[in-house]
Amino acid sequence: MQSGGFRTSYRADERIFDTVVPIVGVVALIVALAVTPRFATTYWLDVLNRIGIAIIGALGLNILVGYTGQISIGHAAFLAVGAYSTAILEANAGLPFYLALPLAAVITSGFGLVFGIPSLRLRGLYLAIATLAAHFITTYGIVHWESLTKGVLGMMVPPATVFGLPLDSDARVFYLIFALVVPATFFAKNLFRTRVGRAFIAIRDRDVAAGVMGVSLYHYKLLAFVLSSFYAGLAGGLMAHHSRILFPDAFTLLVAIDYLAMIIIGGLGSILGAIFGAVFMTLLPEVLKLGATSLTGVYPNAFGVIASTRDIVFGLAVILFLMYEPQGLARIWLRVRGYWKLWPYAY
Amino acid sequence: MADQGVFMLQLVITGVAVGGVYSLMALGFVLIFKASSVVNFGPGELVLFGAYVSWATILPMQLPLYVALPLTFGIAILLGLVIERGVLRPLIGEPIISVIMVTFGVASVIRGFLNMTWGSDTRPFPVLFSPEPFHLGPVPVSPVHLWSFVGVLVLLAAFSLFFKFSLTGMAMRATADNQQVAQSLGVSVKRVFALSWCIATVVSTLGGIILGSVRGGVDFSLADLGLKVFPVVILGGLDSVAGAIIGGVLIGVLENLSGGYLDPVLGGGVKEVAPFVVLVIILMLRPYGLFGKVEIERV
Repeated sequence: MQSGGFRTSYRADERIFDTVVPIVGVVALIVALAVTPRFATTYWLDVLNRIGIAIIGALGLNILVGYTGQISIGHAAFLAVGAYSTAILEANAGLPFYLALPLAAVITSGFGLVFGIPSLRLRGLYLAIATLAAHFITTYGIVHWESLTKGVLGMMVPPATVFGLPLDSDARVFYLIFALVVPATFFAKNLFRTRVGRAFIAIRDRDVAAGVMGVSLYHYKLLAFVLSSFYAGLAGGLMAHHSRILFPDAFTLLVAIDYLAMIIIGGLGSILGAIFGAVFMTLLPEVLKLGATSLTGVYPNAFGVIASTRDIVFGLAVILFLMYEPQGLARIWLRVRGYWKLWPYAY
Repeated sequence: MADQGVFMLQLVITGVAVGGVYSLMALGFVLIFKASSVVNFGPGELVLFGAYVSWATILPMQLPLYVALPLTFGIAILLGLVIERGVLRPLIGEPIISVIMVTFGVASVIRGFLNMTWGSDTRPFPVLFSPEPFHLGPVPVSPVHLWSFVGVLVLLAAFSLFFKFSLTGMAMRATADNQQVAQSLGVSVKRVFALSWCIATVVSTLGGIILGSVRGGVDFSLADLGLKVFPVVILGGLDSVAGAIIGGVLIGVLENLSGGYLDPVLGGGVKEVAPFVVLVIILMLRPYGLFGKVEIERV
């Protein structure tokens, strides 16, 4: 029986799964996901799809902010570029979906590369402000480049087809989304066992020290932006296929703040945290909505009041997590798990 | 040709008037940043709060102006204290991402609270000035713009004197300069932090009142204006009060001119994005702005 974290080799230390239990858990989770569309209602499938998209987006943002320490308030712009490039490549250029989505992710990476250039000169607060400005410039471009994006009128996205099968129902899109969520999660988890991932963490902890140790800040900072925006591009492309119609309004600054809140509430610099945060932030408005509908019998105006509490609950959640659990839900999870691992002999 | 000149003058005058409000918001932002190195990412919500509270005290509650305005400012001061004591003080010394996100959180709570209390409909703002424009040479100017600009000027002058000569003002400057030295000389740094938040909420409230009367109504789009504070403070220098004032007017004029001349070419909305283009250019060339303290740190 294992007690505590006693490891005798680097191999053991780098292992993703310490014991058999998490492997069983992950496999069970994947199997459960595979059979979900058979049982879930359309409403919950829609929620699950949005959770899946949010997981990919939050993983990307966590690579950049949580692991590399480059604060970006421009994640909504990445998502927008990913979504619109997918839509344009499919609707205007007539590319099939399985080419358009990766290509859109690559385009978004290129965009992220440009976005990341200020990070070579600026850090912390100044970088955050630069990405904020870049967000506004990007959304301006999307609204006003009407020949390509149809501006505020909205852009229709044709349903994707895989092997002649149109992905036009929530259940089919569900398989598409989670077929990407699983590898995206494993890639991110593995990234931080490699030289590149370690370099990211070194830059976050102290960029000057990392530079002295031979980490090329120029390469790795830009690489973090590229990887992060690749994830965002994928998430954006999936958004395009999930909602099938794109409006610039879907990519406001509030979306970027939501994604930042996901990784703060979930846990900065934690893969598990990105997942928890995505689930939490997507479920929060749904739970409030459910509460409102169940209360409308008692208070006729409950729906209106509770709908506006979303902002308050969101803000309070961010504030309270930062004050009392800055490492987020992932840390809470580890504590709970640690408690049960040693239970009942926790000494 | 004369028409061209009038058009341009008109744009400049409107720009200066709007810029005055930006200066106020930027002043609040810079004060907080100077004193406690906290970046407030929700300046728009403070403005929104001020606009709504002043609307509520003047119109639905029917209080006379000389009661309503002090009451509004009192509530604003209270808000500043609550934010500083409740949220930011526990986070002193935390990483910058935490501080940025917590100000987003505060902004969200304020927005939700206002939405819950008063709903999201546009509220007609009380008419404080006559709508009849008068002529400054060939250019028509509306009294609201003129009075708001005069008000901003008076206020900014008052603040400059306050910082220059009053004991509290000097304590604030000392804290901004060096917290440890200020503390060892008997300045209560905590009080200065709280005070800077109070001043910020008060000047933002004033900005909200002015914006409300310039636009003739309050709604949630006021908060979007708050983000214009970033181009202003980056242009002026993040830690410079004078920079905030001059930067505000410059950005106001610039966005109006670019809107007036480029909108027909680029198809609308240039006004919203031009300040941010300037922001990026300045960040790349001169991150400390026109008057900011130069910190050289090579990575």
